[in-house]
Amino acid sequence: MAEYEAVIGLEVHVQLKTNTKMFCSCKNEFGGAPNSHVCPVCLGMPGVLPTPNEEAIIKTILTGEMLECQIAPRCKFDRKNYFYPDMPKNYQISQYDEPLCANGAVTLNLLAFPKDVQNDPKVAFDKKIRLERIHLEEDVAKSFHYETASGIDFNRAGTPLMEIVSKADIATPEEAFAYLTALKQILIYGGVSDADMEKGQMRCDVNVSIRPKGQKEYGTKVEIKNLNSISAVRKSLHYEILRQTADVEAGVPIIQQTRRWDDGRGETFMMRTKEKAHDYRYFPDPDLLPLNTEEGLHQTAKSRLPELPAAKKSRLVAAYAVTEYQASVLASEVALANYFEKAAATAKNKSAVANFLLNDYFATGGDIENIPVNPEFFSELSNLVEEGKINTKQAKEVFPKMVAENKAPSVLVKELGLSQITDTAALEALCDQAIAANPRSVADFKAGKTNAVNALKGQVMKLSKGQANPQVVGDILLKKLSA
Amino acid sequence: MSALYTESVASLRRKLAAKEITAVDVADQLLARIEQADGKLNAYNFKPDAAKVRAAAQAADLSKPLGGVPIAIKDVINVQGDPCTCSSKILQGYTAPYDATVIKKLREAGAVLVGRTNMDEFAMGSSTENSSWGVTRNPWDTDRIPGGSSGGSAAVVGGHEAFAALGSDTGGSIRQPAALCGCVGLKPTYGRVSRYGLVAFASSLDQIGPFTKTVEDAALLMEVISGHDPKDNTSVNRPVPKYTDALKQDLRGMKLGVPKEYFISGIDPEVEAATKAAIEHFAKQGAEIVDISLPHTEYACAVYYIIAPAEASANLARFEGVRYGNRVKNPKDILDLYRSTREQGFGPEVKRRIILGTYVLSSGYYDAYYNRAQKVRQLIKRDFEQAFTKCDAILTPTSPTAAFKVGEKTSDPLQMYLADIFTIAVNLAGVCGISIPCGFTKSKLPIGLQIIGAQWGEENVLRAAHGYEQTTEWHKEVPQI
Repeated sequence: MAEYEAVIGLEVHVQLKTNTKMFCSCKNEFGGAPNSHVCPVCLGMPGVLPTPNEEAIIKTILTGEMLECQIAPRCKFDRKNYFYPDMPKNYQISQYDEPLCANGAVTLNLLAFPKDVQNDPKVAFDKKIRLERIHLEEDVAKSFHYETASGIDFNRAGTPLMEIVSKADIATPEEAFAYLTALKQILIYGGVSDADMEKGQMRCDVNVSIRPKGQKEYGTKVEIKNLNSISAVRKSLHYEILRQTADVEAGVPIIQQTRRWDDGRGETFMMRTKEKAHDYRYFPDPDLLPLNTEEGLHQTAKSRLPELPAAKKSRLVAAYAVTEYQASVLASEVALANYFEKAAATAKNKSAVANFLLNDYFATGGDIENIPVNPEFFSELSNLVEEGKINTKQAKEVFPKMVAENKAPSVLVKELGLSQITDTAALEALCDQAIAANPRSVADFKAGKTNAVNALKGQVMKLSKGQANPQVVGDILLKKLSA
Repeated sequence: MSALYTESVASLRRKLAAKEITAVDVADQLLARIEQADGKLNAYNFKPDAAKVRAAAQAADLSKPLGGVPIAIKDVINVQGDPCTCSSKILQGYTAPYDATVIKKLREAGAVLVGRTNMDEFAMGSSTENSSWGVTRNPWDTDRIPGGSSGGSAAVVGGHEAFAALGSDTGGSIRQPAALCGCVGLKPTYGRVSRYGLVAFASSLDQIGPFTKTVEDAALLMEVISGHDPKDNTSVNRPVPKYTDALKQDLRGMKLGVPKEYFISGIDPEVEAATKAAIEHFAKQGAEIVDISLPHTEYACAVYYIIAPAEASANLARFEGVRYGNRVKNPKDILDLYRSTREQGFGPEVKRRIILGTYVLSSGYYDAYYNRAQKVRQLIKRDFEQAFTKCDAILTPTSPTAAFKVGEKTSDPLQMYLADIFTIAVNLAGVCGISIPCGFTKSKLPIGLQIIGAQWGEENVLRAAHGYEQTTEWHKEVPQI
């Protein structure tokens, strides 16, 4: 039996975050009563004309810059002709032969992969997926089908929409997952889109074919639609690769077709075959003059270029002495990294702050967008530990209250009566008490079982109701036992 | 005293300012004239509503540049609350939800909007015979066509059923009917007047322009309707000159070009004679006549009938009955809704051009037709640029013939297309042009002279046209209806 490999390419549509639509001044907003964000222009009334939204052009160029694309020196729009009820003009204003951005790449990273493969030694975590192009167009309306009629909501019609087309560089469902995760991360970094797949702000069409390993020619490609989450993309690819492999093995030829993913059933279903390519009769839109991007628009986009995840990660390691892993996690979400930088600002041990944030905070089930805590409290808490005012165990007691009540740790320490006993005289008395009460442990220690000191230490902590400084207690016990 | 309805806009303005007449008098006389004449001309798709017009006249601010002046609008420009049928069955029942930019400007200038004029369906045609409202008749001979596509606007001004009107010109649709109806028609430079609200035929060629009785009126209207519009990406941000100032200079010292390519076989001898006489008249008035060449003229018609239908095929895709206008009853499915609505809604000429445009944009044919046509268009543009290094304006006939008979050319689309042979290149080059009366045939049909100006050359065109008009009498003739 031959071994097969998959060849996968993704077309991702991204709604841009702008105040207004692509070619009119209607609000660009998700939700709203049907047909409440519409005007003659986005309804395609007779006689209306489009006027381009410069902010959308800038955000597309910014995306191109973030993804290492070549930026076209001019921006030209074309008409893509086809009839569909959700298309107000029955042509879509898009870009055909002169996309705003060409080439470029998305570099994958470990954390972008699904968790269950993050330890798989066979996976190339830092693979580069090359891009074909990025172009700008207008979104269409949304159709709703009822028993005897259909309705169209034009609120979405005319939303600025960016299409990002990858080369067929993706080899596994996991790489597709990582590509989308890494891409989404960058889009959010640049503030170009919220890229929420559930809200349709990021939509993905998949092209997948299989071929015997070592074969150069591509197999017949199948397109999958209706993919509403990144994990649906992964699942559908697993299904589809198995389906195609089974067909090929059984001698059933693959036909070029579009299939629909049914997430509930976990299967793809045939929608239509593509016997011949649709002729969209593209031609330059005579209503829109070509725009020079070289000066103003490109410069503005460049001036907005943010620090990207990889650079942020390196800087966090260098400037905050956090671990590589902590830095990767922090940099995976711009909001998280920003919060961390505020939280760690005055901390003596910044890695400890990273731990509080990444382990303790997320263990409470909270998210970073809605974190209710004053970030300075993280520094304060870790400094209390660092300065020996409370111990780690006490810090863990303070933490949930700090999150729940957004109260300063110093205040909470007092309220909980948690200040640590570092007074040597008091601790010596407690140590003597423990030694007296536990002759066996003392004997064990003297017999060479040095671990026995821990049992005594535990006793002292108990006697102090957990408030003793364990470091100091250990020192006193060793001194006394070795005397 | 001649009837008030034969007055020019400028003369109405003077009489209104001197309080010799009121805006309501003007409206009443015009309404009466329309009642008397339009039954014979069929130039209005929607005649003005008397009560509304009188109320608007009463409320008109006479201090404004067009205060109290009634203006008719071609049925292809959106006026909020009015129908806008484009003389097509497919737009029956459509009510415009907004004002075109030119309509806003007319309202701001105090104009009183009166009625919607007939046209060839979606501005496709040269005779106004392609109309769901029936053909409009030429005011000089009601057996004849008024020209097209803005035949209704030309007929109402030429027939004194309006003081002025707006039309649109994609390949000659203002100038050719103006010539055939004996009035003034100006096609502005592409980008001079906002197209927002004009139902698009061919977006890269369409311009809105005025029909008037005199050149001075054309200048007055141009001052109102011109200017940059942020809603039209192809309108140009360039100050609007005071066009009426251009009329103060006479013809002395003007250099006027005569292109040899425009005096070809096929041109009617009477038209040719009248044009040549006009050229001589210019020379007598002190203009210098220079021979020029526009070598790519012969390709203009072919290029136009590729580019215009290509753009139209996309522009007209929105008419399918889903959101507005006519829709067939009980379609089987969405495809049937599209097909049947368009099959029943569009007339044969519109269908012909949609098919032609769809074809030239199809994959495999795009380079041979559309792309090549765009290249030749550049050559035609360059012809004009070079010509205008030698002259201030160019003189040509507007139309190869005077008005032809109703039905004479309907069976032969190619013959019909040749009616615009002298006007098309102006649109392809994006320059401006005017047609003014320059004589009559023996059977008393008007003949038009075309004066072409460079890009933004309206002032030269108006100056030349006004200089000619003021030293001739043609424009003073009034048809008997």
